[in-house]
Amino acid sequence: MFARSVASSFLRQAARPAAARPLFSAFRAPVAPLTPFQIRLLSESTRSAIDKAIASAPVVLFMKGTPETPQCGFSRAVIQILGMQGVSPDKFAAFNVLEDPELREGIKEYSDWPTIPQLYVDKQFVGGCDILVSMHQNGDLQKLFEESKVLVEAEEGEKKE
Amino acid sequence: MASITEASLREAITQRLGAIHVQVTDMSGGCGQAFTALIVSPQFQDLKALKRHRLVNTALKDEIAAIHAWTAKCQTPQEWEAEGGGSTPAGGADAVGPSMEGTVEGHVEGTRG
Repeated sequence: MFARSVASSFLRQAARPAAARPLFSAFRAPVAPLTPFQIRLLSESTRSAIDKAIASAPVVLFMKGTPETPQCGFSRAVIQILGMQGVSPDKFAAFNVLEDPELREGIKEYSDWPTIPQLYVDKQFVGGCDILVSMHQNGDLQKLFEESKVLVEAEEGEKKE
Repeated sequence: MASITEASLREAITQRLGAIHVQVTDMSGGCGQAFTALIVSPQFQDLKALKRHRLVNTALKDEIAAIHAWTAKCQTPQEWEAEGGGSTPAGGADAVGPSMEGTVEGHVEGTRG
């Protein structure tokens, strides 16, 4: 029951105003055609927007959909893992790559990782779904979250019951 | 690139990653857009999970870019044997298979890309 209450409060609170929107809304403005050189490289504006996104919380997830309605099974699996681990909603931010094509492609190049979801903890790339599942199972993820002090305190979780 | 199949991926993984055992499963329901793989290779020795996956991602860069979903389990021969890999249980199927995490009964859902 404890894990469940933490998971549900995690999902509820993660639904609060998405920090992603203002940060990436600039991308929807019309832009000048890209030169071949720019096409090959992650643009400076995308890179700095991703820098800001990764620094916006201790735990940052780039996912398809939102924490309350993931649009992909792999993103859903990671959200469930973060809930089971008891990551504090105050320490967490999610960015929906489906809302922004530039973020969707940019994050793959930024992380040098071809798939989404992608998790960052304290600005360090941790991995995608496969890695998070195995780290969840072998205890490494709990260790990482404890060291990073991003978990909900047990007492706090019980009060919410 | 020619269309990607279980067989073409298996061959690429065997050649490029020196895998001693490869199991590739199409979990797209036939459209060839989503694959899960079990890769057993001595090249994973002494590498952490992130490095193992980066090795695979680099070796299969074009293939992974062309499909919608990709998930892999990367084991060394010792890890694979410790989990019962290589032995064939009475049922006939391998004891250890690819990861089905994030799938619904072995199929992926969600949007493309």
